[in-house]
Amino acid sequence: MNKIFAVAGVVIKELYRRKDFYVLFILTVLITLLMASINFFQDIHVIRFVKEGCLFLILLAALAIAVTTTARQMPSERENRTIFPLLAKPISRWQVLLGKFVGCWAASGIALAVFYLFFAVMAASREHTLPLGAYIQVLWLHWQMLGVVIALTLLGSVVLSFAANLTIVFIVSLGILLVAGHLHKVASGMTEPSASILTVLYFIIPHLEFFDMRDLIIHDWAGTDLPSWLDVFSATFYGLCYMAFFLLAAGLVFRRKALN
Amino acid sequence: MVRARFILILLLAVCFSLAAWLQPRRQERLNQGVQTGSVLATLLGDGRQMAADYFNVRADIYFHSGYYPSVFDQAREEEEKDSDVSHPEETNAPLEAGFRGPPQDWIDGFSRHFRPDRHTHLRGEAVAEILPWMRLSADLDPHRVQTFIVASYFLRDYLGKANDARDFLRAGLMANPNSPELRYELGRVYFENLKDFPHARNVWLGALRSWDEVEAPKPLKTDSGEGERDIHLHSRILDSLADEELTVGRTNEAIAYFKQSKADSPFPARVQKRIDNLEAALHHAGSQTNPPPH
Repeated sequence: MNKIFAVAGVVIKELYRRKDFYVLFILTVLITLLMASINFFQDIHVIRFVKEGCLFLILLAALAIAVTTTARQMPSERENRTIFPLLAKPISRWQVLLGKFVGCWAASGIALAVFYLFFAVMAASREHTLPLGAYIQVLWLHWQMLGVVIALTLLGSVVLSFAANLTIVFIVSLGILLVAGHLHKVASGMTEPSASILTVLYFIIPHLEFFDMRDLIIHDWAGTDLPSWLDVFSATFYGLCYMAFFLLAAGLVFRRKALN
Repeated sequence: MVRARFILILLLAVCFSLAAWLQPRRQERLNQGVQTGSVLATLLGDGRQMAADYFNVRADIYFHSGYYPSVFDQAREEEEKDSDVSHPEETNAPLEAGFRGPPQDWIDGFSRHFRPDRHTHLRGEAVAEILPWMRLSADLDPHRVQTFIVASYFLRDYLGKANDARDFLRAGLMANPNSPELRYELGRVYFENLKDFPHARNVWLGALRSWDEVEAPKPLKTDSGEGERDIHLHSRILDSLADEELTVGRTNEAIAYFKQSKADSPFPARVQKRIDNLEAALHHAGSQTNPPPH
């Protein structure tokens, strides 16, 4: 376990050494503050519009940080040839892979916490309320979603090149977020065999929309219609299953992969 | 070296010619279009009507606190309507509770825990949340009259911002100077909220003139229902003018407006009853001021 954490520690240090996080965070803050400064009919209580903008930016920025951090891990180790001294140490390929995953997931979690802290402060300054339970739920679920994406990216990084992996994971993740929940409705209006293919796809892809409760936060359902903690833990279990599946697949490929 | 210089001079000449050709066209385009001064409008260019539509939908989504059918739900509704027409025997399922209906599978059911799942409308001051989208929509497509009317309704009725409603409608009139709907709404702001009766009367008279110019030439009925003459608007304008005349104590003028409005009103019997009541009241007042000779 220590070996896994040692590898993870290096990945976390990489996050704060690189500029990606700072640039994305500053951009998010600036755009949100700009949106908050717009005056609509002299009404200073308008906040949902700003919350939506801020949460959308957080979604994009967190996805960008998670995918770019993860996608570069294995290719850069191979290109710099640091993978050889690393594997010369008493550490297995499985442990390297798990260490990379834990590091990327933790680094994304840290970044996410900073983003949501800013969001909570910004929202509280206008609304004068702090629905802490709702914010913890949204942060937790968002982190689980990033876990699935990171595991998928790690699988991609042992199969594809850096650029291809980055592009495919971005498109797949955003595509799932936007349309995955509606595939069965589309399938119901199609003819065979496309209807069955789409239905199978609907049931096997990871439904990232389970982890997206932005609408509940934006439209102030935090006080009345929050998901129960049982739902949150069920979604977490669902996410962990997909993470395990992608990591297992990545491990199986990486175990037999030639590194030179 | 000489060749490079020649190419450089040639490129400079091309740049200068292009600038001289483009500048007057740009100026002409700027003079033709409505000047919104919005950075967003400039950035979006001709795609701004599409963006304006999207922002209008966003306003509606906010009004329903996020509980709103997606494009896929709308598609599904259309699909089911089609099946109603062609296969009536297949539609004996129980009625849908809301546009989403019962969950189709466990994924559909579980995902509903993480998004709004109740049909509500914003009330009170919370309605202000829809206004940014309406403002942006109006900035992008100032010829969509309905945006100004809906926003002004919420501004004056829910938020008590009659002055803002008036200013917003005036902005709408700048882009649509001959719109009878906008003039009618502006008159309502003056009459109902600002209690400026002479101003309301003038604006409604303007609305009547606009109606004659814009709506009167339209056909009374069309096959699709689009482009029909809005006779109810005509009736509403005349009713409002009658109400204004009554408020300032000119009953005869009010009766005259009601008589004109009756023809286009969806409730002619009610209008006639009002006319009868007013005429009776006039007659009663006349008999009291001029007692019969003994």
